[in-house]
Amino acid sequence: MLRATLKSVLSRKLRLVLSGLAVVLGVMFVSGAFVLTDTLGRSFDSLFAGVYAGTDVAVTAKPAVAGVDSGERPTNLPADLVAKVRSVPGVATATGVAQADGARVIGGNGKVVTTMGAPRLGTNWTGTSDLVQLREGRGPQAADEIAVNAALAKAAGIKVGDRVGVLTLQPKKTFTLVGIFGYSGDRDSIGGSMFVAFTEPVAQELMLGAKGTYSSIDVTAAPGQSPEKVRDAVRAEVGGGYEVKTGKELQAATVDSFRQGLSFFNNILLGFAGVALFVGVFLILNTFSIIVAQRTRELALMRAVGASRRQMIGAVLVEAAAIGLVASVVGLAAGIGVGAGLAYVFGHVGGTDLPLASIGVPAAAVIGAFGVGLVVTLVAALLPALRASRIPPVAALQEAATPDRPLTKITVAGGLMSAAGATVGGYGLSGKAGDSTMWLIMAGVLVSFIGVALLTPVLARPVVSVLGRLFSWSVPGKLGRLNSGRNPRRTAITAAALMVGLALITGVNVILSSVTATLHKQGDTLVKADLIVSGEQMAEMPPTFDPAVLDKMRGIPGVRDVAGEYYDRATLNGQGWGVDVVTDLPAMARMFPLNAKEGSIGPLGPDQLAIDEAHAKILNLHAGSTVTVQLSRGAPHTMTVAAVLAKNDVFNSIMLSPSVVGDLRVPQPSWAYVRVVPGADVAAVRAQIDRLLADSPEVNVTDRSGYIQQQTKQFDAVLMMIQVLLALAILIAVLGIVNTLALSVLERTRELGLLRAIGLRRGQVMRMVTVESVVISVFGALLGLAVGCGLGAAVVRALRSEGITSLALPWSQMGVYLVLAGVVGVVAAVLPAVRAARINVLGAIAHE
Amino acid sequence: MTLTMGGAHRPGATRQSGAADTSGAAARAVDVWKVYGSGEAEVAALRGVSVGLERGRYTAIMGPSGSGKSTLMHCLAGLDSVTRGEVYVGDTLITGLGDRGLTDLRRDKVGFIFQQFNLLPTLTAEENILLPLSIAGRKPDRQWYDTVIDTVGLRDRLRHRPTQLSGGQQQRVACARALVSRPDVIFADEPTGNLDSRSGAEVLGFLRNSVRQFGQTIVMVTHDANAASYADRVIFLADGQIVDELREPTAEAVLDTMKNLDTMAAVA
Repeated sequence: MLRATLKSVLSRKLRLVLSGLAVVLGVMFVSGAFVLTDTLGRSFDSLFAGVYAGTDVAVTAKPAVAGVDSGERPTNLPADLVAKVRSVPGVATATGVAQADGARVIGGNGKVVTTMGAPRLGTNWTGTSDLVQLREGRGPQAADEIAVNAALAKAAGIKVGDRVGVLTLQPKKTFTLVGIFGYSGDRDSIGGSMFVAFTEPVAQELMLGAKGTYSSIDVTAAPGQSPEKVRDAVRAEVGGGYEVKTGKELQAATVDSFRQGLSFFNNILLGFAGVALFVGVFLILNTFSIIVAQRTRELALMRAVGASRRQMIGAVLVEAAAIGLVASVVGLAAGIGVGAGLAYVFGHVGGTDLPLASIGVPAAAVIGAFGVGLVVTLVAALLPALRASRIPPVAALQEAATPDRPLTKITVAGGLMSAAGATVGGYGLSGKAGDSTMWLIMAGVLVSFIGVALLTPVLARPVVSVLGRLFSWSVPGKLGRLNSGRNPRRTAITAAALMVGLALITGVNVILSSVTATLHKQGDTLVKADLIVSGEQMAEMPPTFDPAVLDKMRGIPGVRDVAGEYYDRATLNGQGWGVDVVTDLPAMARMFPLNAKEGSIGPLGPDQLAIDEAHAKILNLHAGSTVTVQLSRGAPHTMTVAAVLAKNDVFNSIMLSPSVVGDLRVPQPSWAYVRVVPGADVAAVRAQIDRLLADSPEVNVTDRSGYIQQQTKQFDAVLMMIQVLLALAILIAVLGIVNTLALSVLERTRELGLLRAIGLRRGQVMRMVTVESVVISVFGALLGLAVGCGLGAAVVRALRSEGITSLALPWSQMGVYLVLAGVVGVVAAVLPAVRAARINVLGAIAHE
Repeated sequence: MTLTMGGAHRPGATRQSGAADTSGAAARAVDVWKVYGSGEAEVAALRGVSVGLERGRYTAIMGPSGSGKSTLMHCLAGLDSVTRGEVYVGDTLITGLGDRGLTDLRRDKVGFIFQQFNLLPTLTAEENILLPLSIAGRKPDRQWYDTVIDTVGLRDRLRHRPTQLSGGQQQRVACARALVSRPDVIFADEPTGNLDSRSGAEVLGFLRNSVRQFGQTIVMVTHDANAASYADRVIFLADGQIVDELREPTAEAVLDTMKNLDTMAAVA
């Protein structure tokens, strides 16, 4: 029995290839993801190797504000602490470091140099070391001199001797570049980060905001002293207000955070691989169903000569296992290649020059590949196997015609599953599920997909017949239409596979376009500011501009109101929150219209704040209550609530008095809102503000709709990424169409021969197959668009409480998808159509 | 049977002289050779066949299996190409026509009735009958169409799909399809091979009627002497050559000739 099965598999190579291909692609994605993240992970390990080589122990302050990364936003250490640490027994040297994120270099092209998420650090020059090596020039010696690392010099396009503008805690200052440095192992950068080295007082002032302070102290142990021992000694000396760690611990922490990011990335890739495999299940299920149907007589003959039901199931499953096994091997090999290729791309994209570790194949990749490949194939083959076992032996003697089985059962099951999926997903979206929200939504979507897929056969007949009318003007078109309606299950599963990918893309699209529409609507109706100064936020902190610009804007003729907004994180009564400092609360209130629910809106006096309803409720504050506010710098403030603001559709925040600006980490505003007097020339005002912002290249001034466009620009990138990642699922669905058509063509050889004999031209045969293909793919696309709209609408509905009030369907995008589906149908038909056209007429019609 | 080209001609070959005048035929073959393979493996299925199929006549082609009768029909119908010689359908030389030319020729000038799988399961009987015309984009001649439908007696079955028809009804639909476009010639390949004798007789009678009443030219390949007796003329093939011919045959005469052929084959 086993031998007969294996022989049958091998004798039908095309079938093997087509059904295996879906598994290959899915497995490739899974193993590729593992290989990629493993390789990148080890590359980062070696990247950070030796970063703390010269540091046995480091001392930092505990962050003043909860939930803030002390590496990038340090709390200052007093200068005398360095001497104190130096005096600890076992300490050889203690060097004060004044280093923080936020040194933004203006490149040769006038634009601020950005990174792919790595910090842009400003630091004091502490000389060369085992790690830091000068490549060119020297270290900075005068207050207007800097050195930068080689990666930054390359990205900015600057060379020694250039005058270079740098944005820091203070607005743009210009320096002379006197040196370029790299790192041991000929590295241009560590983890993609960019470094600007100032002289110590300048670094302290520009990066830490106060002279005579440090962000950390690097300690080397005396010979023979273990870092751990020194760490404990230093910790005992400086007390509990500081964090004292060995270089090893710091290194592990740094690598850990990168690895966490990677594993998140890995999970995203695996999620998309899951979608691809889910679609693959449809393809394999369909292929095996068709094969079983085509082999009815052969299988019945086996039953007639004495094979048991169990053996029939075994025969189909063994075939599936063989295909799964081969596909897993091929998929794993392809995945290693893809992982390596992607690692190369990641290592060399956007100026980051990541020296790649050797390509590794982690056990997870191998286990994942074979597990997924075999399980998916076997699961998909189970139903067809059961069907094969139910073929009665007498079928061997009957005509091969498979009667149409009624669709009642499958439709009822589909209805129930769709309802169950919608219920589970709906409960998840309602936000009552807490931690399992995400899982519930995903399960809901998955079950709904299966439910809709089961409903598709019933939909196939009417939809296909309506769709097909579009092509019925010619005989080949009509024949193609009739063929696609011939086997509703087959058409349905093939179309459903395409539905899954498109539904997800459409769903995301609906959500994003609804958010965009909401923003536009609010911008038009609710925001009264005529001009907005802002920048594109790339990191945790928004970009900033020179506060002097605020005053100068007020002086521009035609300007009525200007409100500036600063941002930072602060601790309020022990909890971390994002807070704003607003320069002119009454002006701000006019921009959005804000209304007081308690107290009154007036200029905020020293240590006063205004707070929106929602935050006030959480913090249990009312007009007149006091709250302790700890900002990034300085002592805690006891602030009084001047007003509680009614809920606003656009702007809800905790707004502090301008008196505390000095205690913000970056005492520069991030946004400004401007209203002009009625009848003033907005364009002229805008041009003048533009000029004022010449030294603040990270921000620009736009009108309302420009601002909203700027905010929604990133949606395009999100959508693009999702489309790229789901492209694989769609590719597999296209393979499914090719597969179905190829098998159908094979099944209809005789008919094709007859058609050719009575005068159907080759071109007409190809057109017939193409119409069938396009009908299937457009049907799938319509399903996908419909389900995607439902999905998106459900999410948008759930987001209503978050202020997403408009539901906008992306008609033009959906139109594009539909047209693309048509194109996909044509492409998928090419091979089967050629095969059909090449059918040997004589061979097809000759009787046995 | 592995005969090579240029092999010895058998005495019976001279008997085809009767078919020498073939002008005005609905279809004709002139010194047609059909050779498969090459070198050692060379097999000749047709070895210099010349035959004219008269207009308005019912011709049967007979012969033992492997005699080349189906190959001859395929070559005459433009389904297969010849190795050497010429084939005309009407006055058109079809030898050397490309796939498209042959396809259009079959569509416009030729009708087919096969042994089985004659009909598209997705189309109704009526749609099947009109298929060659629809493919060509031609409108049926309503009067002729009605005549054909009434003759085959299918008026109440037109909306049925092939699976809802009996084998005999299916073959009658195929006959109607072949007739409705008024082709120069209809080729029938064992049209009754899959039918019981009553349905078979119905179909054969119908074919003979369409020759008598409408002047249709029909060429039928068969190995059934009784079926051949419906024809006006029977051509006998053996070893890729025409070896005998009967006009106005009876079933007995056909059987006798076939026996003779067998004897000759045994002697050879």
